[in-house]
Amino acid sequence: MAEATHEVVHRHEPPTSFIRKYIFSLDHKVIGIQYILLALTAVVVGLVMSILMRMNLSWPGTHWPIMGTLFPTGAPGGIMSPEFYLSLVTMHGTIMVFFVLTTAPQGGFGNYFLPIQIGADDMAFPVLNMMSFWITFVGFVVLLLAIFAEGNVTIGAWFSKLGESFAAGSGTVGPIGGWTGYPPLSALGKVAGPGQGAGVNLWIISIAIFCVGSLLGALNFITTLINMRTKGMTLMRMPLTCWAWFTTAILALLSFPVLLAGGILLLLDRVAGTSFFIPGGLYVSGSLVPLHTGGSPLLWQHLFWFFGHPEVYIAILPGMGATSHILSTFARKPVFGYRAMVFAIFAIGMLGFFVWGHHMFISGMSPYSAIAFSVLTLSIGVPSAIKTFNWLGTLWGAKIRFTTPMLFAIGFVSLFVAGGITGLVLGQTSLDFFFHDTYFVTAHFHLVMGVASIFGMFAATYFWFPKMFGRMMSESLGKLHFWVTFIGVYAIFVPFHAMGMVGMPRRYANFGEYEFLKSTHSLVQFVTIAAIITAAIQIVFYFNFFWSMFKGKKASDNPWDATTLEWSTATPPPHDNFAGVVPEVYRGPYEFSVPGAAKDFIMQTEPEGDGVAPGLGDASGNGGNGDRH
Amino acid sequence: MGRVLGLAIWIITLASVGMFVTKHWWFPESISEHGPLVDRQFTITIVVCGIAFTAAQVGLGWVVWKYRDTSSALRATYSHGNNRLEVVWTVVTAVIFISLAVMGQRVWASLHLHAAPVGSYTIEVVAQQFSWNFHYHGKDGAFGRTDPKLIDDSALNYVGLDDTDPNAKDDSVVSTLVVPVNRPVELILKSKDVTHSFFVPQLRFKQDLVPGMAIPVHFTVTKTGKYELACAELCGMNHYKMKSYMLVLPENEFSELVALPQDKFQARKDELLNKYQLPQY
Amino acid sequence: MAVTVTGTERVIDTTVGGGPRFRGGDGFPKNGGGRHGPGGESLRFSADRYRIGVWVAIASILMLFVALTSAYIVRSASSNDWQRIAMPKVLWLSTALILISSVTMEVSRRSLKQQRDAGYGRWLMITVALGLAFLASQILAWRQLVRQGVYMASNPYNSFFYLFTAAHGLHLLGGILALGYLLLRTTSKRSTVEGELRRAGAADAATIYWHFMDGLWVALFFLLSFWK
Repeated sequence: MAEATHEVVHRHEPPTSFIRKYIFSLDHKVIGIQYILLALTAVVVGLVMSILMRMNLSWPGTHWPIMGTLFPTGAPGGIMSPEFYLSLVTMHGTIMVFFVLTTAPQGGFGNYFLPIQIGADDMAFPVLNMMSFWITFVGFVVLLLAIFAEGNVTIGAWFSKLGESFAAGSGTVGPIGGWTGYPPLSALGKVAGPGQGAGVNLWIISIAIFCVGSLLGALNFITTLINMRTKGMTLMRMPLTCWAWFTTAILALLSFPVLLAGGILLLLDRVAGTSFFIPGGLYVSGSLVPLHTGGSPLLWQHLFWFFGHPEVYIAILPGMGATSHILSTFARKPVFGYRAMVFAIFAIGMLGFFVWGHHMFISGMSPYSAIAFSVLTLSIGVPSAIKTFNWLGTLWGAKIRFTTPMLFAIGFVSLFVAGGITGLVLGQTSLDFFFHDTYFVTAHFHLVMGVASIFGMFAATYFWFPKMFGRMMSESLGKLHFWVTFIGVYAIFVPFHAMGMVGMPRRYANFGEYEFLKSTHSLVQFVTIAAIITAAIQIVFYFNFFWSMFKGKKASDNPWDATTLEWSTATPPPHDNFAGVVPEVYRGPYEFSVPGAAKDFIMQTEPEGDGVAPGLGDASGNGGNGDRH
Repeated sequence: MGRVLGLAIWIITLASVGMFVTKHWWFPESISEHGPLVDRQFTITIVVCGIAFTAAQVGLGWVVWKYRDTSSALRATYSHGNNRLEVVWTVVTAVIFISLAVMGQRVWASLHLHAAPVGSYTIEVVAQQFSWNFHYHGKDGAFGRTDPKLIDDSALNYVGLDDTDPNAKDDSVVSTLVVPVNRPVELILKSKDVTHSFFVPQLRFKQDLVPGMAIPVHFTVTKTGKYELACAELCGMNHYKMKSYMLVLPENEFSELVALPQDKFQARKDELLNKYQLPQY
Repeated sequence: MAVTVTGTERVIDTTVGGGPRFRGGDGFPKNGGGRHGPGGESLRFSADRYRIGVWVAIASILMLFVALTSAYIVRSASSNDWQRIAMPKVLWLSTALILISSVTMEVSRRSLKQQRDAGYGRWLMITVALGLAFLASQILAWRQLVRQGVYMASNPYNSFFYLFTAAHGLHLLGGILALGYLLLRTTSKRSTVEGELRRAGAADAATIYWHFMDGLWVALFFLLSFWK
């Protein structure tokens, strides 16, 4: 077994070649940073698209010379066409949901910190880990290709050679169908209008690739967490971040296969002439659709939302974990109700599998199942409320240090409440009559799964940056970033509710057609200005991120006086995380302000009796030390 | 920093709640029998939401104000939580949320769990990219046979009506939805191509039109007038202008209109469309 | 290097020869993942990860097939264009082949457990051969159908037939590749405890996966033959 021995030795020696060290690295830390950089790239694309959308909505028909130059067919003469707008809608959603909200929290921070926080030297399957990143990366490239296949006549012509269903170059900047891609629109192909050619095929392929990458990642997360916890790291001594990543991985593991199945069926409908989702007797663009019979458009919706709803939690659970972790650290207080928090994360995750139908109340689904879905949906509010209460409980009687990560974590709580609470409205069948697919929905999910998740990730970035890069990010720039972003996102998304109140439908390229939308005109413009300011301030974040990487103040090993394992090792951590030693854990993750202790925090690795009365952490029941339960 | 953040959270809360309380942007007037019930359920829900939202945000603002680090030697309170509190707020929220969930099914159940009442006037709605067709059965009360193979947009046979069917003789297909006031209306919703959604804000009603399905829905309109009808499910490039009108007529005007043959129906409908005004927004 | 590390111990990961062989922790260690070798020394590695990993992978593959199966059931009821075809007889051969291969795989794994390396390699090879024969038999079934003019798009049932067999075949091909990898490694000598753990863990994982593929095929075969 010579090679096994060799492998073992090798694990502790970092690779030396540039390619093995930074590109095809097996090190979970490098892979985590790769994921974060991928998300940081994708989010710029998605954000620019959203600004273009806002400008079109506020000043429709305006001549933007630069747009005409960049997209001669999608914005002829610099005036954005409706199909161009819709392809922006589609790409914005897809990029943000998959390549930002799924990659950064889980693939990025999860990859980097889950193994360290449980005291492992790497993920269980480093090769799979590397593959999962590069597969995801390929998925992103294919998604960008979808833009060019539809938006660029030359590249579109090239794709046309792949067969009729790849015929494209329709002059949009991508497929049109929304990120939900409802068939038959998404299944019929070019006949259904612009943006339905090669772009949609590539869009489906990209998502299928993404599914595979995420599944490999989830497999790794779950195995690592079960198998590689270090000595003393019981489940109930894990930081809440680990619980969040673990639950997220389970959600991904069970929901992505369903999306993959749906994607395969949709692609077959498009390229192989099958009829999974396409019913017979369709009359599209002046002619009867031949060959297809009997498919069920609702089948796709069921498959999609069976994935789609857990996906929402995939986006936000890691943010919840990071928020709990960071709130406790800077409140200098143990997490209030650790066990309840674990229970709530799990309950949210598992309930998330049984509520997908609330996206489909008015889809033509059975009204009886709609009622069941509705009641289950509102019951998800209960664990969500438990989390909110516990966050407030954590801050109660605290001694808060207002660092930038703490500000963002508090912002997360505020935004989570603001976005989540309207779920009570949207989850009711009777109210969905009015609010379904209005801006009220857009407001709800942007606040809760978009902005709140992103706030969680901002908090995580400012918090862990010193550990990852050995330097502190600038606090003053960070605070500037926080204030403008915090007020900015409220200024953008609270007015969305008002638009929803008057019934403004989503995915409209122009509101000018309808009298009942006239009263929102000033509001639409106000939101756009707020969006531009909020987007612009992100430049400060990017500057802070990259500038601090090289010029930031040197970070110590534990700059925040935190307790979990990542702060017990060097900054940045060595190749095998703990420099050849196996850390041993003696207590729960959030032992702050323990009475009688020398400092106001006790690290998980500090043995009993080191200036601490033994078993002190066990005293207060709920949470704390898992050994007692 | 703590005080500023606390204040900021309070101001944001005030502004957000204020936006709802002032009702400057609010539902358009309700014109259906079930509309006021929807509005009432919304009011109850939004009040609960508002209270929960305000309580959480004010609480958050208060703790960050009060418990900021004042550099005193005192440490934070050492507590891992309180099981009794957890149970209390779990039970309280569960009771409130589940009650809301149950209440929130009432209007839904009244419209969707019952067939259209006897005496309803039935209209077939056939949506297509990017327009609406409304198929009236005429005096005989029976719809003519339709077949997708007979659809021919260029010959203006938008729904594929079979002219050889005797039932089709007095049928009319128009692009405006005309319904009687105070009489239950049943719509059979169909789509020719992709999924659309029927939405009249004043009606407090929305339902997808799914190709391959015929979805029956019913409601009663209580106020005459002309209202905008929008598509609420992404259906392609011109989704944003897939617009029509719903014209609500007094019973006599309505029955007079639907008794007319197709060409006169069309002309009379256009006259009426001009006669009625959109509500003031 | 790590200044604040406290309460740690050296990892022993050098060669530990001989000694009774053992399995790692139980996968859900009560007291965290602290693992101990036969001499009580602490180990960094536990081959349980292979077994856990394969069960996790099975969960996700199962979800894929559950999704496809529910699509199959929904679609079969959504319209009256559903027409079942007569299953090619050769599929019975496929079924027999894969059932036998499960037995040979199990024999192979037990040989390894009883330290009969030659038997391990031999039975592994037979399993691979049976797996390849299964795939060949599946392709034969496809060719028969194509000759009869039964194509993917001609009927929703056919679409699912091709889809299920292809999806299962691809996953089985993955299993064959894994077995091939094990086969390549049979030549290496036993040397370290960790090496042994890896070998046993990997063989266990491959066996579990192989049985799953077997069971999955039988389930699909029943679904395609008898549902409606």
